Amino acid sequence: MKARFLIAGALAALSLATTAQAHRQWMLPSSTTLSGNDSWVTVDAAISNDVFYFEHFPMGTENVVVTEPDGAAGKIENAAKGRYRSTFDVHLTKPGTYRIANVSTGVMGSYTLNGKQERLPRGTTKDKLASVIPAGATNVQTAEMASRNEIFVTLGAPSTTIFKPTGVGIELVPVTHPNDLVSGEAATFQFLLDGKPAAGLKITVIPGGIRYRDALGQIDLTADKDGKATITWPQPGMYWLNATLGGGREGGPGGEGGPGAKAGEGTPPAPRPQAPAGPPQRRASYITTLEVLAP
Amino acid sequence: MQISHRLLLTGTAALGVAGTAAAPATAQTLNVSVNIPRLSVAEYHRPYVAIWVEKEGAAPRSLAVWYDYDKAKGEGTKWLRDVRQWWRASGRALTFPVDGVSGATRAPGDQKIAFTAGKGPLGTLAPGNYTLLVEAAREVGGREVVRLPFSWPPKPGATVRAAGSSELGAVALSFGK
Repeated sequence: MKARFLIAGALAALSLATTAQAHRQWMLPSSTTLSGNDSWVTVDAAISNDVFYFEHFPMGTENVVVTEPDGAAGKIENAAKGRYRSTFDVHLTKPGTYRIANVSTGVMGSYTLNGKQERLPRGTTKDKLASVIPAGATNVQTAEMASRNEIFVTLGAPSTTIFKPTGVGIELVPVTHPNDLVSGEAATFQFLLDGKPAAGLKITVIPGGIRYRDALGQIDLTADKDGKATITWPQPGMYWLNATLGGGREGGPGGEGGPGAKAGEGTPPAPRPQAPAGPPQRRASYITTLEVLAP
Repeated sequence: MQISHRLLLTGTAALGVAGTAAAPATAQTLNVSVNIPRLSVAEYHRPYVAIWVEKEGAAPRSLAVWYDYDKAKGEGTKWLRDVRQWWRASGRALTFPVDGVSGATRAPGDQKIAFTAGKGPLGTLAPGNYTLLVEAAREVGGREVVRLPFSWPPKPGATVRAAGSSELGAVALSFGK
């Protein structure tokens, strides 16, 4: 009985990636462009099919981290979780651009012990990897995963201090500042995978307001050799941007065969000693919500 | 006055490329007339209005911003971003209140304001083609921007006219000595 439960749990974990394909995680700020010396933004955070309608599940806010324009750690306030959405506030008191991010990293994988295959416990992190694999385990297969869902809000003039990459997972580096977007203008962003240009990364952009139109209106982009992608905004509004590697989701297979792994450019991520070939594959995802203003 | 004048010139020096050009003996003025329409709406608030000058390849220069500048704790600045084109072009780089630029909101009717070349927020203008922009954004209302192109130095007696259709009425720019 217990074993069956474990297997069911493992299957549920496995299928999470595929079922999650239909669900989009997002954070929606009340404003991205603010004036004054002291302002607040309130943020809706949810996981749903349609952006930006909270109709499925609230997003956990326990790990949401705020970075202030000078790089100092900020905080979320008034966090609350409803049936369909979470909500929280961020108090803006410094001029410049804030980052509000929900980041998670971890390692998934399996090993064989006494002829039985076991999965790594959920929530395993890279530094704890050695301690969760018992002595005598064979056929160890691991893959790192990193997900980043972040939004940007600016009090006064946009600033770029907070965009220093961490070198983990997929990250966005502005060529055009994400809080300086105007309908009809082109914007360019650079995407990094583990700190290096994510050449060939597939990026999807979906305008908000899906409920009131027939066509999804999805815009597909592919990052160039420098990891850069350019989009010309068709209309003002909020846009959901996503890039995913691995896990059978948009963006295709990750790991060895994934985008950025093409030979020749010198940009693919270095093969990981702890990630032998074969399943499971490396997973990384990036999500942001961008506000495009009317000209 | 002299000190604030210098400060403003330093902050906006990019537009006046000709830093060596001395102000003419008789100072040229930009006379701006802005009609704020009287609107028959349930809830009316005077609009926030920004007047600024743009020149290709130069930093835009704010001339006047009419807003709730005297609210406690500077709360009136919260809505400055709604004057969105000006906010992006110039406003977001400023610290409020701006000496010689910030002013109170104005009532419906023809509102006049003049700027003197070589002085105050206008500063020294290098010869070339400019655009004077007037943008109005009204609480619980709409937003509109009107553009008036002009060349500098102006032709004697020249007047540039334009008109808005919703949040701004007739806007005129004339030149005087």
